[in-house]
Formats: sequence, C-alpha cells, structure tokens
Amino acid sequence: MSTVNIGRTARVFVEMADTLVDDFDVIEFLQMVTARTSELTNVSACGLLLADQRGRLQFMAASEERAELLELFQVQSQEGPCQDCFHAGVPVVNADLTEASDRWPLFAPRAVDSGFKSVHAFPLRLRQDLIGALNLFGTETGVLLDETDITVVQAMADVATIGLLQERAIRHGEVLTEQLQTALNSRIIIEQAKGVIAQSVGCTVDEAFTLLRDYCRRSQKRLSQTALDFVTNPSTLPDELRTPRARNNPRPGSARSV
Amino acid sequence: MSDAVASLEHVHALVAAESVDPEAVDGTAERLDRLCRAAARALPASGVGVSLMDPQGFTGVVASSDAISAVIEEMQFTLGEGPCHEAHVTRRPVLVPDIGTGHNRWPLYAQAVTAHEIRAVFAFPLQVGAARLGALDVYQRQAGPLVNPGLAQALTFAEVATGFLIDGQARLEGDQLDPGLDEALHGGYQLHQAQGMVMVMLAVDAAEALVRLRGYAYANERRLSEVVQDIVARRLRLEKDEQR
Repeated sequence: MSTVNIGRTARVFVEMADTLVDDFDVIEFLQMVTARTSELTNVSACGLLLADQRGRLQFMAASEERAELLELFQVQSQEGPCQDCFHAGVPVVNADLTEASDRWPLFAPRAVDSGFKSVHAFPLRLRQDLIGALNLFGTETGVLLDETDITVVQAMADVATIGLLQERAIRHGEVLTEQLQTALNSRIIIEQAKGVIAQSVGCTVDEAFTLLRDYCRRSQKRLSQTALDFVTNPSTLPDELRTPRARNNPRPGSARSV
Repeated sequence: MSDAVASLEHVHALVAAESVDPEAVDGTAERLDRLCRAAARALPASGVGVSLMDPQGFTGVVASSDAISAVIEEMQFTLGEGPCHEAHVTRRPVLVPDIGTGHNRWPLYAQAVTAHEIRAVFAFPLQVGAARLGALDVYQRQAGPLVNPGLAQALTFAEVATGFLIDGQARLEGDQLDPGLDEALHGGYQLHQAQGMVMVMLAVDAAEALVRLRGYAYANERRLSEVVQDIVARRLRLEKDEQR
C-alpha cells in the first residue's frame, strides 16, 4: 500500500513548477523539495546533496536544519547510501540502519544514535550525468516505500534536477557548472549567516536558522539574497536578528557561554 | 573520473613544481604567478590570469602566466565589462566557450580579446560564501567548451588561489599542503558558521574573519577544525586585541 497520496503529489508538482520564476532562489527551492518529499512519504527527514567538481557530495538543503542532521549529511561525503546511489546510479531503498554497520561503519551508527532506523537515497540525474542525491530517513524499519512511492520520489528528484538547472540550462553545459557552483556557494553563505545571527543574538546556529527563515517569510524576502545581505553587511540585521536575548541565571563556574 | 587531476594535492604539487622567478619578491603574488603558469600548462589553456578585487571595486591584475595574459586580464578594468568582471559582480562562474558569436553581453571586451586571438574565456570567482577576493580567468585561442577533467581542475586551481589569498593576508608561509588546514577551508559547514560568528566577535568582514581563524590556528599550532568546533560550541572566543 503506497504511502504517497496521489492528489497531494499532483499539488506538489504544480507548486514546484510555480517556483521557477525570475528571482528563483535555488536553496529555497531545494528546501521546498526536501520538505515536500518528507511530507508526501511520511519519512522523518529528507535532505539533498549535490556533487562538487571533485565528485564530493555537499549538503544543500533539508526538511529541517538541525546540526545533527547536517552532521549525518556531511559524513555522507565519505560513505553512506548517498555515496552508493550516486556511484551506482540506482536508488538505495528501505535500507535497515540497525543492520548496516558493516556496510557503512561511519554513517550507520551515527544515524542510529540520532534515532533513525531506515534510510533511502535516490540519484539526481541529468541524462547521463549524476549530479547528486536525495536522502530520506525514517524512524522505523521494514518496507516503507513500495514501488509506487519509489516512482514518485524518483520523479521528485528528477523535477528537482530540472528546477535546479531550469530548462534552458539543459541545452548548455556551461550553465550547469555555473548553477551548481553558485548553489554550493549559496549554501556556504547561509552557514555564514547562521553564525552571524547566532553570535549577535546569543542563540544556537539551529535557532539562528529558524530566526532567519521566519524573518524571510514574514517580510517575503528571498532566503539566499537575505543571507548574503546580512553577511555582507551585518549592520542591516533587523533588531529581532541582532538583539541579544536576556540571559537566565548562568551557572557559576560554567564555561563562558550564552 | 577526474578525481586525481582535480585533487587539491595534485594541483598544489603542480604549483610547487613551477620554477621560481629569480627576480620575484616572495609572497602571495609570486605564489599566484606560479599558480597561473602551472594552470596554463595543465589546463587546455593558452593563458591564465588572477585579479584581486576589494569590496569597493577592483584592485587590479595580481598574477598571470605570461605577458599577453596580463594584458588581457587588464582589459576588464579598462573596459569595465567582460566575463571576469561579471563573474566577480554576480558571484558566479562565467563560462564563455565562444566569445565571438555575436555576444551582445560585452561588445567592447569581445572585440578587444578577439583582436588578441582569444576565442574562449572562463572566469571563476575566488570566494568563500560572501567573502569575495578576486577571480581566476582562463583563456583559450580556440573556441570550445572547457570540459572535464579540465573544468574540474580549473575549479580546483581557483580554490587553491583562494587559499593563497587568504594565507597571504594571514601571513602564512610556504606551499606545503597541510591537509588539516586545506580540508577545513574547502569543506565543513561548521567552518562557515564559525566565520559568521567571528565576523560579529571582531567586527570584521567575511574574508577577514576567515583570515583571523586560520591565523589563530596557525599561531597557536592547533588544527583549524578544532578551533572551529571550539568557536561554534562557544568554548573559544576571539578577542579584538588578539595577535594574529
């Protein structure tokens, strides 16, 4: 029995098509892809990785921006289901993490420690080229994605690739590189922005991301451009992203922390 | 797979193998000149140049593989347009496999480089997130795309050039690749988070924050990745009066 609901799936594809606009923000788009994939398949978390020029998978977006998850994606630049699917060009589906420590000795134990029991990875393909992977984590084992679900998730990955490159780009190899390099650099800017806000406000980097994202939604601004503006010129940070929070009774003798 | 030729180790080795110009002054410009020459030799390129750019605009050509490339590199400043100029402004690589095919994007520039028999230009911004340092430009006499493995290798040359510029500002010496330092520079979300935090701690821009992080690690003989973790975990704070 499929997890995926066909009606919702159709609405998601329409939503994705609607985001291919002039002021397209690639990180926001990829975040939407991962969030919708996670909702449609009822998995716990979804992330998307793109390969840099050396073929190393770099984290680009996830349904939740949590340090723990980022760590699991970063480990996968070395080993894991995304590596396997990226090199083989075929999906890794319904893999049981509790039995995978031989297969992925670095990745599997950490994923289990983070509360995940199953993992799936789908390749991002552009004709003959593989450009990345879509990664899903579940908290249960067993057959979580059936044939229909697999088809839909692969379709999400394929639409993500097209959205990433935008139709005209497929005809010109140069734009693929330009777009990918820009996306990789945009991701770095978001991490820098998290640091700027975390230090200004006195919160964790995870909380900083939430503040940034919520601010962008309220003011209807693009995430990547806003992050760039803040990092290029921190004096433009609005009050809610720069004012230190009130501290509650720090423990005496504790490490200097906020 | 283009892995081996595009690896950081391989590109560093190519740069180190270039002979030092006996009249050159030690420092970043000298290292970048050798990088340009190594790139011109390894890539399918007739010439390579690096320009330095500051937050306000352009500073100028800092290195090139040969005299002609220096002249072509200069054109972006005199004309105020071109793929190199655009790569810097837009923070994207600008890859132009055929500059002659009726390009209306940069009419003056296209005309000028074509007169010097250049037919393809590939410009790579030197940047780490919001920190912009300059651009690496690759020139070819034949029209045609820059494809792998050359493309991947060119991107690696750009990364190495970025590292040289950061090191130069931190006054770090030598061509030896320290895997710890370079790996941290080229990967790891925590490094970039720490960079943002240091920007606020020291009231400096993104490029300077990276310089100070590397300088601190080097001066205290610590791995950059550990310094980064300490900063993000708030076990370490860089102070404004800290010596580099």
